[in-house]
Amino acid sequence: MWFVKVNVGLKKGVLDAQGKATHQALLSLGFSNVKDVGVGKLIELQVEGNSKEEIETQVRDMCKKLLSNPVIEDFKYEIEEQ
Amino acid sequence: MKFGVVQFPGSNCDFDCYYALNDILQVPVEWVWHKQERLDGFDCIFLPGGFTYGDYLRVGAIARYSPVMTAVIDFAEKGGLVIGICNGFQVLTEAGLLPGTLTRNECLHFICKQQTVRVENIDTPFTRICKKKQVLQIPIAHGEGCYYADKETINRLEKNNQIILKYCDVNGNISKQANPNGSLSNIAGISNKERNVFGLMPHPERCIEDCLGSDDGRLIFESILMYLEKKNILVE
Amino acid sequence: MEKFEQKRFWQKWNLTSNEYKCICHMLKREPNELELGIYSVMWSEHCSYKNTRSLLKMLPTKADWVAQGPGENAGVIDIGEKELVVMKMESHNHPSAVEPFQGAATGVGGILRDIFTMGARPIAILDSLFFGDFNENKTKYLFNGVVGGISFYGNCVGVPTVGGETIFSKSYQGNILVNVMCVGLVKKEHIVRALAKGTGNSVILIGAKTGRDGIGGAAFASVELNKQSEEDRPAVQIGDPFAEKLLIEACLELVQFEEVIGLQDCGAAGLTSSLSEMAARGNSGLEIELSQVPQREVGMNPFEIMLSESQERMIVVVEKGKEERVLSTLKKWDLDSSIIGYVKDHSRFVIKNNGEIVADIPVESLADGAPVIKRKIKEPELQKRINQLNLDEIKEFDDYNTVLLQLLSSPNLSCKEDIYQQYDHMVQVNTVIPPGDDAAVLRVKGTKKAIALTTEGNGRYCFLNPFQGAQIAVAEAARNLSCKGALPRAVTDCLNFGAPENSDSYWQMVQAIKGLSESCEFFDTPVISGNVSLYNENDGKPIDPTPVIGMVGVINDCKHICTLDFKAKNDLIFLLGESHNELGGSEYLEFIHHRKCGLPPILNLSLEKTIQSFCRKMIEKDLLASAHDCSLGGLAIALSESCISSGLGAEVELKTDIRSDCCLFGESQSRIIVSANAEKAKKVAEFAKNEKIPFQPLGYVKGNCLKINGWINIPVSQLKKAWHRINLNLKKDN
Repeated sequence: MWFVKVNVGLKKGVLDAQGKATHQALLSLGFSNVKDVGVGKLIELQVEGNSKEEIETQVRDMCKKLLSNPVIEDFKYEIEEQ
Repeated sequence: MKFGVVQFPGSNCDFDCYYALNDILQVPVEWVWHKQERLDGFDCIFLPGGFTYGDYLRVGAIARYSPVMTAVIDFAEKGGLVIGICNGFQVLTEAGLLPGTLTRNECLHFICKQQTVRVENIDTPFTRICKKKQVLQIPIAHGEGCYYADKETINRLEKNNQIILKYCDVNGNISKQANPNGSLSNIAGISNKERNVFGLMPHPERCIEDCLGSDDGRLIFESILMYLEKKNILVE
Repeated sequence: MEKFEQKRFWQKWNLTSNEYKCICHMLKREPNELELGIYSVMWSEHCSYKNTRSLLKMLPTKADWVAQGPGENAGVIDIGEKELVVMKMESHNHPSAVEPFQGAATGVGGILRDIFTMGARPIAILDSLFFGDFNENKTKYLFNGVVGGISFYGNCVGVPTVGGETIFSKSYQGNILVNVMCVGLVKKEHIVRALAKGTGNSVILIGAKTGRDGIGGAAFASVELNKQSEEDRPAVQIGDPFAEKLLIEACLELVQFEEVIGLQDCGAAGLTSSLSEMAARGNSGLEIELSQVPQREVGMNPFEIMLSESQERMIVVVEKGKEERVLSTLKKWDLDSSIIGYVKDHSRFVIKNNGEIVADIPVESLADGAPVIKRKIKEPELQKRINQLNLDEIKEFDDYNTVLLQLLSSPNLSCKEDIYQQYDHMVQVNTVIPPGDDAAVLRVKGTKKAIALTTEGNGRYCFLNPFQGAQIAVAEAARNLSCKGALPRAVTDCLNFGAPENSDSYWQMVQAIKGLSESCEFFDTPVISGNVSLYNENDGKPIDPTPVIGMVGVINDCKHICTLDFKAKNDLIFLLGESHNELGGSEYLEFIHHRKCGLPPILNLSLEKTIQSFCRKMIEKDLLASAHDCSLGGLAIALSESCISSGLGAEVELKTDIRSDCCLFGESQSRIIVSANAEKAKKVAEFAKNEKIPFQPLGYVKGNCLKINGWINIPVSQLKKAWHRINLNLKKDN
């Protein structure tokens, strides 16, 4: 069994309204040293497969097709064997 | 002529679109189940508003892969009329039938209210009985209606007159104050280059009867009817 | 009885020794752990109404147009043309205080299920919300969460939220009230009951899988639970509106099948209450096999399965051998379903786990068996003191302009647009009068009719005099409906009080129910459903007693309705009803003078009924341009609202035989402000004279300012700015 963590975030340059609002809230709580906040998504998958390469190809495909919106989002992933 | 209203799991405004077509405009209309793989005999397909798949993962992302969408894409490529309202618009962008994407409203919460929009292009099957720059009152109800596309795409949309509706004030002025959700260029609705696919965030099916506050939505429905009637005459 | 030394167990489960003895008597033996847990939940206040059952018997529940009174999941009235309206209101106070977003969301989910479980399509939601001090951060947090939760759930399932109220008062600090009402429509032939009957018929569980939701919130602990499951137990129920939407569509298809005998939702106390109630209503027994319950978690024990409050689940009882159509409909909607048991001809509730019997309880003892508790009624000592109010101590102002602007921008009176614009109030294309008016009006497709809906509750009035306060809640709800042209027809209520063990709270509850009774009887609005929420307190101190009334009215022809905005310059403005020197319990008295005392305004039931009837008649004859009831904040606020919503000014002269502040801000009952054009105004005046209706010409729709005597002179644009000053999108504040 392979454990996959996919992080989907907004591309640089795309307005991150949630990130902005979260940043403001942190500043008003006194965390004045927070310079920037980006809010994204964490998607965790448990996948059966034979090799890491095989899983990686599939994960990239999943990300491009469904898990991220290529118009405004980027993705990165970690794959670990159990 | 035959209209189809697609029902995805979680569609809500499917009933409202069907009611508008069947009961108010009294035109032939059929339900299209999301698992259907063929769209034979239809002239115009509605992708209605709602919360398909709960808007989970990303708005419209899961509905986009419903079996029926292959048929819708094929139908659109062959010139069939497709109109995506609100969530339907979101599904169209996910499916690549329209460029760009719809993101979270700038104010970060859902807004439901009457909204004025200006008709930018009357040379489409969906707006042909409108006047250029006509101001229509059509309600909005969405949490993710902020239209975004990169600069190049926006320029292309402007150049090709693909921007069909823009948010405006009651006097027809396009301004930041009149923009309810932060959409780039106040974009409320766009079409593809061929003009047969139209996506819009406001809900025309909610303003077909005077008693509900406005009947400006009729203009969009009647434009489609007029276009299809003319097309059928030509074919005959 | 050897196990009696286990009395520590029944105490842990909030049962009294008397209740434990009753259980042993009914079972003819001592209960096992699971059975004890089941009794404890079924005999809790929430499920058994043991403290209030005898009092609720006072309420009028019958009328020719009532198709179903209290006793089913929701109440039903016949509005003619083969249409039935289904209605219920419920509270979700305590869960919302813990997790406001999910608490409010699951509150909406629960009340929706009560409606579509009858076979009715939910067509409207209303919410009555009571929060603490507006300026406290905790209040902002709870407010954002609750409004967000209602918006999240209601919008996703496609049911418009069309009305309600939002009140801020220190009384609710630490114990907010979230009361949600749902209304549905069903054709006579499709209504379905929640019962299990017919020996051998299948009991099918549909919808979401069962997890450990809500068990952590139970008021007892079970020795059977191991440490691991304790950690896994989410105390908060999480709502899935997408699953609910699928359930709605599937159930509305199912109810049309003859083989469906009964349908019930799983709400508080999960499978335990749904199954036992269905069996009780059907006078049947049930046998359930727990291993057949689809489970979301691994290793759930019988206790957890029976008491789980996992959301979005329903029970369907289907004729033996005819399950196929039901199961394939559920498959079509991608919903889980599992046959978990059968109806039996004995009258017992038998629960098996992997074939072994783990509980065996007489059905009747669960649903109706809880010993009713009666308590002594004693008026609080302080009651007379809080009723003292000497108007001479209240200074009249010279300049009321500032006062009016302050009131307009106060949390309770300011515009609630920021709230209701977060709710989709137009979906289903029925909304003829949207939120922002006295009541919401929805047309009934396929008929000429429309229904009007409102909620009303005033904790301050009820604190000062619970009998009068409750009567006024009913009268105001009815007045809201009459102002839109609707005949009030039925009530659903949510009665929010403190702990019944507290004699002051108990007295308040008894008085309020008496007041409700009399008022509902008088206005011909039987109570067809409702909910009681007790133990609402803050540091041992009870909230203001807050009975909330939800009311439905019927409009025979949708063309004859009336909104509150002025329509045209030179229209004449009139007051139906009379103003008195009354400030007790008013918004003005509390917000401006910081006093909460006196008596609520006097309510003359007869006069109220006459004036409402007159207003409806004028609307039916299309003689009125606008109609708006006077309530919180009095005449000046009502006039301001009619000006702001139209953009038109008004010049008005009020009779000065009473104090200026009572004229402007007093909350005398039975008053409606109407306007009409010159020609129609003559007819209205004529009718009023003939019918001896108290009728006072006030002035004209005129200019750009609101002018009232020499006291008020403010441009409408300024009134509007003040009214919109409070930003109720509290997220924006840092």
